[in-house]
Amino acid sequence: MGKIVIDPVTRIEGHLKIEATVENGEVKDTRTTGNLFRGFEIILRGRDPRDAQIITQRICGVCPQSHGIAAALNLDSAFGIADKIPDNARIIRNLIQGAHIAQDHVLHFYHLAALDYVNVADVAKYEGNDSQLNSVKDFIARGELGPFLPRYEGDYRLPPEVNQQAVAHYVKALEIRRIGHEAVAIFSGKIPHSVGVVPGGVTSVPAADNIMAYIWKIKILKDFIDNVYIPDVLAVAGAYLDYAEIGAGCKNLLAYGSFDLDGGSPDYTMRERLFKQGTVSADLKPGDLDTDKITEYVKHSWYEDSTSGLHPSQGDTRPQYGKDGAYSWTKSPRYDGKVYEVGPLARVAVTYAKGDPVMKELVESSLAALKAPPAALFSVLGRHLARALSAKFIADSLEGWALQLKPGEPTYVEYEIPDEAMGMGLTDAARGALGHWIQIKDKKIANYQCVVPTTWNVGPMDDKGQHGPIEQAIIGTKVKDESNPFEIVRIIRAFDPCLACSIHVVTPKGRDLGQYRVV
Amino acid sequence: MVKELPVVYLQTAGCSGCAVSLLNTASPTIKNVLIDQIAPGVHINLRFHPVIMAAAGKLAIQALEDTAAQKQGEYILVVDGAVPTDPDAVFGAVGERDGKPVTMLQRVTELAQDSLAVIALGTCASFGGIPAAKPNPTSAKSVKDVLDMQGISKPLINIPGCPPHPDWFVGTVAGVILNGLPTADDLDDFLRPKAFYGKLIHENCPRRAYFDEGKFAKKFGDEGCLYELGCKGPITYADCPLRRWNSGTNWVIGAGAPCNGCTQPEFPDQTAPFYEKLVDVELPTIGAYWADKEEK
Repeated sequence: MGKIVIDPVTRIEGHLKIEATVENGEVKDTRTTGNLFRGFEIILRGRDPRDAQIITQRICGVCPQSHGIAAALNLDSAFGIADKIPDNARIIRNLIQGAHIAQDHVLHFYHLAALDYVNVADVAKYEGNDSQLNSVKDFIARGELGPFLPRYEGDYRLPPEVNQQAVAHYVKALEIRRIGHEAVAIFSGKIPHSVGVVPGGVTSVPAADNIMAYIWKIKILKDFIDNVYIPDVLAVAGAYLDYAEIGAGCKNLLAYGSFDLDGGSPDYTMRERLFKQGTVSADLKPGDLDTDKITEYVKHSWYEDSTSGLHPSQGDTRPQYGKDGAYSWTKSPRYDGKVYEVGPLARVAVTYAKGDPVMKELVESSLAALKAPPAALFSVLGRHLARALSAKFIADSLEGWALQLKPGEPTYVEYEIPDEAMGMGLTDAARGALGHWIQIKDKKIANYQCVVPTTWNVGPMDDKGQHGPIEQAIIGTKVKDESNPFEIVRIIRAFDPCLACSIHVVTPKGRDLGQYRVV
Repeated sequence: MVKELPVVYLQTAGCSGCAVSLLNTASPTIKNVLIDQIAPGVHINLRFHPVIMAAAGKLAIQALEDTAAQKQGEYILVVDGAVPTDPDAVFGAVGERDGKPVTMLQRVTELAQDSLAVIALGTCASFGGIPAAKPNPTSAKSVKDVLDMQGISKPLINIPGCPPHPDWFVGTVAGVILNGLPTADDLDDFLRPKAFYGKLIHENCPRRAYFDEGKFAKKFGDEGCLYELGCKGPITYADCPLRRWNSGTNWVIGAGAPCNGCTQPEFPDQTAPFYEKLVDVELPTIGAYWADKEEK
């Protein structure tokens, strides 16, 4: 029996370790360890509630904007103004979050995942006139190959010309994602850690010039997604089709929905959103979202056992490093007591299962292109494909939304911070379902809690011994070469984990969830 | 013959925002920085960077440790994040040695010791930042405090900002390549390059005229100076108004939001609440705020 330890797992956000026990070439058991604790919940306590929007963005510099949106929705609900946000502000929030997530998906595929499939060394054989590729060729010829070497060896399958083109796209994608960030900055000042989204609305005002500037940056992003990103995902998938059957995972998916199409309902679980709220399992039948069913477990996490099994609204975070049987700083969230995966796959599958015609066409045509059945969605390739479709679904919506903006009309509604209140903010971040909860006392934060996408995906075993989604996706996998465990890192990276997000943690003290519902 | 400048980029208690901001560098682009000769005959050889490197696990750690051993005294160590120092718990680890996690404190200590110079990138590494905010649950410290604590003396440059503008980092590295390590005159009291942090936001703010006229925005979206909405521009050193962010697209006050003081050692505890007007500051005497605080 062999043991594979990968510490750190790179090309993800944050500090992750994986241990896998291998017998006869197959993973029998695995443990995912989150390796950093910062204690955001403790830091937030006692502060001005409005500052949560600024501070929680610092949970993660890769997806700060989603935390900013979740925090603003949470504060809107606590301040009693969730249904009073002006349309301009609702739309600008969507434009900010949309450009951000679309560029994030591009970054993930090219800069985090691609090096597992694309052989950069093939550029040494390049004979053409592309100046970018020739500069990479020069770089290779000098022989100092950081950050592209060392790497795992032995399973790069694309032909040289496809590898060369993919490297050119890697370089192009650096520019595309930078332009995506520029689009975010138009309405949000700067990114990472932007400032445009605040409780009550947004700080920026729409005008003909910023609307037009935004639209034309989005056109660049959209063109790349349609004509480069999606074709590249399909090309990689074609050469690695066995990965349509690797890494199935728990086959339960959860999404909170994102991009409000209408701000009329104060209850985020009932709102009309671009991506739908809900659950799906292997049968692809949709289920409704009920946030009462969320609980977090800590038996195998470095927190006191007395804090296990609580709803986030009643959660408590007491670090206990070295606790017997524990192996991670990440907790284990569960839905209805069961293991659920979140992420682009979940939001695409939920939106598909709920019958959205555009999403149905996107999913069915891509599966047809791969000659793959719907079951292939639950796989390494399925997650990459869903992420690309998520990027397209968003990018296709942004121009139309930008044109709905009405210069001169309100972007912000005034409010008073209540002496006492509770709130809940739900959205789908780049990496999946993201929830923020707050309790306010004496106009200050009494407790603040975030249950974030990667906590769902990367968490350790729960109190019943059920493995988390990534652990389940790895167990049972055949590893061809234990010193080059491609299979394991490909499975992990397909989830796009973000460890900074997963270990942030929080402690609202108990009231039942009813009181978190938006009034 | 191209000279290779080895760089090790260590992430500690942070959020990767600094690394992502760095990807946004517009001229030179990040591809120019990593692949091309950044200046004639010089190439930045990024030996270790967990977010972008191909290697994982032991291979990655080997690249890190080999660089420290083989390039002793030659490499630049970039630290992105604060350093947890609580002796009772491993709040942060990077890789393993002999089956045990190597703490971030140990990594920073070892790698700084063998480096040519250290760059603390971002407010967490420069001053402690968010992880060190009250009540500082992990006893997080800045790189400077860690080096002082461990008795290590190395040239240190702080490039704060949450995150820093990519130009502040790339420009500083360009300075090292073209002119050598900065002298004491090039840095301010907080070891920030004066080239980027020499002036208050307030001194160059396009809304300054509103301030001087006393025209203040009362709510978001209003015309006017954002001082009463909590702007910390009058006490924050950085060139954001001139440089602007994301390829010059916009910046914080350009989007109608108040500066939150993120380049200051006082961020976040003393620059918060972020949406409350500064208290006990006598304006328009700009620049005297922190000096007055020190006297008091």
